[in-house]
Amino acid sequence: MRNLVAFPLLGLAIILQSSVVSQIKLLSGYADLPLIMLASWALQERVKSAWHWAILGCAMLAFVSSMPWPVLVIGYLGVIFMAQILQKRVWQAPLLAMFSVTFIGTLFTHFVAFIVLLVLGTPLAFGDVAGSITLPSLLLNMLFSIPVYAFMRDLARWVYPVEEFE
Amino acid sequence: MNSRSLQTAIIFLVVGGIFVLALGGFFGSASRQFDSALIEVQTYIASRFLGIQDFFTAPRDIVSLRNRNADLETQVSQLQAQVIELQQLTSETERLAALVDFASSKAENTYKAAAVIGRDPSPFLHYIIINRGSNSKIRRGMPVVTNQGLVGRVDAVIADAARVQLITDPASAVNSILQNADTNAMTLGSVTGDVSLDLISQDVSVESGDLVLTSGLGGGYPSDIIIGQVVTVRRLEFELFQQATLQPAVDFSRLSIVLVITNFRSVDISPLEPLPLP
Repeated sequence: MRNLVAFPLLGLAIILQSSVVSQIKLLSGYADLPLIMLASWALQERVKSAWHWAILGCAMLAFVSSMPWPVLVIGYLGVIFMAQILQKRVWQAPLLAMFSVTFIGTLFTHFVAFIVLLVLGTPLAFGDVAGSITLPSLLLNMLFSIPVYAFMRDLARWVYPVEEFE
Repeated sequence: MNSRSLQTAIIFLVVGGIFVLALGGFFGSASRQFDSALIEVQTYIASRFLGIQDFFTAPRDIVSLRNRNADLETQVSQLQAQVIELQQLTSETERLAALVDFASSKAENTYKAAAVIGRDPSPFLHYIIINRGSNSKIRRGMPVVTNQGLVGRVDAVIADAARVQLITDPASAVNSILQNADTNAMTLGSVTGDVSLDLISQDVSVESGDLVLTSGLGGGYPSDIIIGQVVTVRRLEFELFQQATLQPAVDFSRLSIVLVITNFRSVDISPLEPLPLP
């Protein structure tokens, strides 16, 4: 039942992304708060609802963004998939797993966006995208990942209390 | 009169006489030495007393001064907040006044003002979200401007909000006209937010500073809206067209209020476009 917190939380994340985070630019790139939240949620040991959160996040983002929805679905569900694989293998170093998922996830989502937009006819230069958008966004995502991970870890403890889990 | 009373009277007379003589200046240097010694003693006592008085009264003053300082700091911060609020109101009023001036100068159009409430979550796309939607009679395809120039076009609408594609978006293409050269061209956005001008005929001379306006061709935008100014021109003999970089008239990083032209309906010319040969 406590998983319903996903609705206000992801809604708030998307509002913040649209109104605040998108103004904190480094060159032409900015952080992807919903992506970092979903990745850090999927990395929590007790969490079983990462896929549900990701689908909800995709639906909300598709409503706000003009990015084609397959980009969001492939990108975000891919990040959840990566996070769950890494969570099982790098469980002893959660921050390392978080950095790895953020790094690979950012590159993956940007690659998917680049390919899909190119296929749809948007003129994009690889050098511009890599230098002005992807690398700055990567740096900002890595910076944001630490506080977001701490927040999502506390949230996971609240949503999945130890007593209920055992 | 007994002997005791007589003795007292004599003492008073002698002392009184000495005072009278001293006041008359008959004792000279002896009187001055006495006076100076008296003054030194008084100075010493007075200075020590002031020191002691300061010691006891100063802490009370510091406390009262600190309270007073805190009160004044509170007042200063309140006044600073008021100043910031008033400055914001002033700048907003100036922006609105400029928009009203712009709207009244183009009386043939009807405008709906809207506040910018967000941007596209993806850095690949250049869209803004405004707080007016279909309830305010905003429709897809309506041009969006400020008093400075063209902003973009409404791309999607819900009841109380709309998404606007900026002219800086990589998928944006605006039919334009170079005012000085009187020739058509195409204004294109890019993923970095830079705006360029393409499809300029090789025959025309384009100079830095030339004004670029919407041409109205294609029915996507009304004509004669300022887009920007030419910054640099690239002309290569072996290419079909010249290219130029543009400085947009609108500062897209500081967009806060925009005007939607509500009496303009974009024309969909896609049925008229030739189909690709099989």
